[in-house]
Amino acid sequence: MKRFADLFTALDQTTKTNAKVAALAAYFRDAPDSDRLWTIALLSGRRPKRGVTTTLLREWAAEVADIPLWLFEECYPIVGDLSETIALVLPPATGSSDRTLTDWLETVRDLGTLDMDTKKQTVLDAWATLPPIERFLFNKLITGGLRIGVSQKLMTRALAQATEIEEATLAHRLMGDWTPATTTFHDLIEAHDPEADASKPYPFYLAYQLEDLDALGPPADWRAERKWDGIRGQLIIRQRQPYLWSRGEELITDRFPEFAIAPDFIADGTVFDGELLAWDHAADAPQNFNALQKRIGRKTVPKKLLKDAPVILYAYDLLEYGGEDLRTLPLDQRRARLSTLIDALPPDAPLRLSAQLPFQTWDDLAKIRATSRDHAAEGLMLKRGDSPYLAGRKKGDWWKWKVDPLTIDAVMIYAQAGSGRRAGLYTDFTFAVWNGNELTPFTKAYSGLTDAEFRKITAWVKKNTLQRFGPVRQVTPEHVFEIAFEGIQASPRHKSGVALRFPRMLRWRHDKPVQEANTLEDLKAMLETYG
Amino acid sequence: MVLQFQPEGIYCPAGDFYIDPWRPVSRALITHGHSDHARWGHGSYLATGAAAPVMRLRLGDISLDTVDYGETRQIGDARVSFHPAGHVPGSAQIRVEVDGEVWVASGDYKTTDDGFSEPFEPVACHAFITESTFGLPVFKWDAQDDVIAQINAWWAGNKAAGRFSILGAYALGKAQRILANVDTSIGPILTHGAIENTNEVLRAQGLSLSDTIRVTPDTDTKANAGALVLATPSGMNSTWVRRFGQASTAFASGWMSMRGHRRRRSADRGFVMSDHADWDGLNAAIKATGAERVFVTHGYTSQFARWLNDQGYDAGVVETEYEGESLDAADAEVVE
Repeated sequence: MKRFADLFTALDQTTKTNAKVAALAAYFRDAPDSDRLWTIALLSGRRPKRGVTTTLLREWAAEVADIPLWLFEECYPIVGDLSETIALVLPPATGSSDRTLTDWLETVRDLGTLDMDTKKQTVLDAWATLPPIERFLFNKLITGGLRIGVSQKLMTRALAQATEIEEATLAHRLMGDWTPATTTFHDLIEAHDPEADASKPYPFYLAYQLEDLDALGPPADWRAERKWDGIRGQLIIRQRQPYLWSRGEELITDRFPEFAIAPDFIADGTVFDGELLAWDHAADAPQNFNALQKRIGRKTVPKKLLKDAPVILYAYDLLEYGGEDLRTLPLDQRRARLSTLIDALPPDAPLRLSAQLPFQTWDDLAKIRATSRDHAAEGLMLKRGDSPYLAGRKKGDWWKWKVDPLTIDAVMIYAQAGSGRRAGLYTDFTFAVWNGNELTPFTKAYSGLTDAEFRKITAWVKKNTLQRFGPVRQVTPEHVFEIAFEGIQASPRHKSGVALRFPRMLRWRHDKPVQEANTLEDLKAMLETYG
Repeated sequence: MVLQFQPEGIYCPAGDFYIDPWRPVSRALITHGHSDHARWGHGSYLATGAAAPVMRLRLGDISLDTVDYGETRQIGDARVSFHPAGHVPGSAQIRVEVDGEVWVASGDYKTTDDGFSEPFEPVACHAFITESTFGLPVFKWDAQDDVIAQINAWWAGNKAAGRFSILGAYALGKAQRILANVDTSIGPILTHGAIENTNEVLRAQGLSLSDTIRVTPDTDTKANAGALVLATPSGMNSTWVRRFGQASTAFASGWMSMRGHRRRRSADRGFVMSDHADWDGLNAAIKATGAERVFVTHGYTSQFARWLNDQGYDAGVVETEYEGESLDAADAEVVE
């Protein structure tokens, strides 16, 4: 694992993207095949199943460090990372190890199958053997979530440099339902066989938020659709099977049994890109996100829910047809084929064609965008008519043009320290609005301030704590923040009676006295209008 | 009580003086020159001779009397002496004895020898007032030689690649500790003005520091390519560093032992080096005093006091305005 630890160190010691890619590429050139494959797996979010609970790891670490468990628990929020906390409290390692990354991962993978005593001994032996960084990485491999400042995109770029295979081609090969147990470096990367994995999706094309409408050129070059608040999905029909993928590269076919019938009327070698929406068949319109939310995360769907919140794919692109990759064709041509295909489907098919919105001028389109909330849409998608279907987030041909968020001025009443790079900084806040003379909490928010602002508020929190509840501090109600959010729903579970979608801090309102923050009535009026 | 905890600071009724007070008082005994311990506005000051020059630099024309380490002064009914705290040059623990009962206020301290400050000496006492800046078992420092070797390797690597090595360190203590220990054969060393002002004072009092070049608007950076640049933590985040162009950045601080803090600084490297005791250092220091009562003044106070109580001490938390080693404080270049 030393080579992997050296890679981690190199990545961790620079903030420069080029240096990171160079370090990764060097690793991909030199490491043994099985280590390379595992590294690709880890950096694309594929990890062994957790074989030890974090509770046990904490207890064992405290025991080995000879400190009481409460003291270990006090350290954890300050370090902001469990694997690191363990690595830091343990006494120095006594042995050494030259086992490979793959070898250690097999140990980690098999932990779940061991009896408790053997399991504990295996972990304790590893801690006693490994130097600090490898010890930290070993803990990361057990607990999952190895985030080391390398996106899948960056990893793919480095792999492209090392293998001299084109980046987009690699991005496609890395998609899908593989694990290091089901393939080899050679099969996955070098000798790619498209028949080998019928479920393999294409990399999603992702859009940036529109920066400058005037820079887009003639309106006639562009197509507009509403941007719905659903789940981005890719529906694949191959070898008489449907495969449904989420944007997060999760195979979710089983959760949406609606698509089981798709192969009955869609030919093999067909791939759609679209939005999964809970559909109101009577109104032929999407239900609100609430309805879809009930389906998310449910592996088995009760009959009633299937009836109340039936899901369709609101298709906006056709990536493959007749087994042929269409991604280089212009959008207008892909769309024409998509339209013909969907028109020919039976009415009970769980697919709809995403409607294009006619417009002549950008002013027309701005007016259409302004009605987004009335349609429960998030805004518009703009796509150039002659654009190919690219891989990943790219600027130029596709843009999302979301509506401005809703906002409310709220008072900060609780603060909690963050984790990871925000460890030791107060970054997680609870906000309240006035309800008569009382402050009623209604949302939490974590993002939107600069590091400098978080440092400032942290110093303030430390001096203005009224009460502590474990890691949470109640603070003097003094600071007002403008909270932005995308939607508002009634929620009987919350004291305020509302729940917000994507709340974040838009601005620190230094200019606003606490008495002038918004009220619960204001919030309820927003619920009335937009809920 | 030999010492009491008052709103103005740590007070000795028998001698009518304060130790490191944070509000103006008539008579102040000062452990060391960092700005959260040596504040402006007191009637008279007493500190070690080695701490005095920096205090004059920072506080200007003050009424300052000095003592040697180990020298005993009778102040009212209290017998007072200063003993090395190993924190920075001139830093002291202040021993106060009244009617045979001994208390020690230790200010900030570290127990390892940095080859530069007067090394820490344990002082036997009945009650010990301790900091706990790094009072959690996640803080364990590597040997100074290892850290200096890391800094040398980083600097030499950068120089070979045609880059400057910009290292953020406190103006009093850390910067000079690095200066006194790095391998000066690698290249020239440039310094931020706030650091160089302290260097001049310390050199004048006879401390041996490597040669440095003060950075001014006229400094020829090209002529000093590949230099080690010692910057203040706040200088690191300002336009001050832009003049160096291609550079690798780093901080030297105890906080650099935690990845989250390191990443938040957005520096390329973090060297784990502190002028405060680590977990083992704090525990060893307290044990060596033989004290039964321990007062914890700043840092992870509630956790550390609870731990000490678990270990059989009579320990409690005292609210003070000392700040320890803070990279997030606005005036971090003068605070440690």
